[in-house]
Amino acid sequence: MLQTITKLASLRNFYFFCGKLLPWFAWPTLILMLVGLYWGLVEAPADYQQKDSYRIIFVHVPAAWMSLFVYMVMAVSAAASLIWKTKASEVVANSCAPIGAAFTFLALATGSLWGKPMWGTWWEWDARLTSELVLLFLYLGYMALQSAFEDKRTAARATAILAIVGVVNIPIIHYSVEWWFTLHQGPTVQVMQDKQAMDKSMLIPLMIMATAFKFYFATVLLMRSRNEILERESHTKWVQEERERL
Amino acid sequence: MTPTRKRRLMMVALIVLGVGAAAALALTAFNKNLMFFFSPSQVAAGEAPLNRSFRVGGMVKDNSVNRDGLTVRFVVHDNAKEVTIAYTGILPDLFREGQGIVAQGKLAADGVFIADEVLAKHDENYMPPEVAAAMKPKGVDKTEKAKY
Repeated sequence: MLQTITKLASLRNFYFFCGKLLPWFAWPTLILMLVGLYWGLVEAPADYQQKDSYRIIFVHVPAAWMSLFVYMVMAVSAAASLIWKTKASEVVANSCAPIGAAFTFLALATGSLWGKPMWGTWWEWDARLTSELVLLFLYLGYMALQSAFEDKRTAARATAILAIVGVVNIPIIHYSVEWWFTLHQGPTVQVMQDKQAMDKSMLIPLMIMATAFKFYFATVLLMRSRNEILERESHTKWVQEERERL
Repeated sequence: MTPTRKRRLMMVALIVLGVGAAAALALTAFNKNLMFFFSPSQVAAGEAPLNRSFRVGGMVKDNSVNRDGLTVRFVVHDNAKEVTIAYTGILPDLFREGQGIVAQGKLAADGVFIADEVLAKHDENYMPPEVAAAMKPKGVDKTEKAKY
């Protein structure tokens, strides 16, 4: 076990490992996304209150979940880079940031589009919306800090600390709707609960979309990681060979 | 784990704990400012600001909506206290009796809340109309938070 991990820590091995995993995530992404979108947008019934406008939930909620999930992946990889100084975890953390920023932006944008017809406003400074916006700035800050350093290893140390400090925002986003009065409603899907606040006919496509987003994240993460490895190791012989092959 | 790595792991744990504690203290201190709106009970208890604009949130009381042209008067409650709200303008589509709303405005001398913005707050329940109709006798808003 330990031997496998040590082996993967070498960027060359990690590059080929990612390449092998790639199709196992890329194809399920495509299938789940198509099934989930069709089910959610066409097959699922309209809501009793919001009619058809609620259907944006099939993008909004998975994107919002991913914005938190990707941050945790990024922070754990960043912590690993800080403790073990492994290059592979630095690559993973760096690759997470733009993906997480994209998910956060998607969650904010779809939420805004949903808020206008339902709540009557594009944006309000309530605790949930504001903390999610802070998350976007954390991702953007990570990316800015990372590109501010010439040396990749120094950059990794600085960004790792930023990523770890930002973890405090994750429970705040999650519990904001329970701790404070917010315009945003409380959680619909709760893991530790038998009776869900959403009908099964809507919950199943939502879960399919959530899974599709997870696979999409894994796919893009593998692709970005491979790109960053090629860039970092561009001076080595194996990368030049790989380039010729591609 | 080598001693250096152990030290670094401790450092990471300390950062998380330290920042977490600081955030917890800050959020507790600013707890009131983080509330998006006041409940009618808080308004009745005089916790809401007097000469400043603030938001009040609650459920629209049944049979309390009076329309006079574009001006609407209605009552919001939180199962304990009530606030009468007057608003001139277009209400959001989701506005109806029994719906949660948030209104921004000022409290007039006669206790009527003059709103210049009314937002609808929807609940966390999603279901097809048939299911909602079937649940009606038992009350659709059973999961509505006691906060209101």
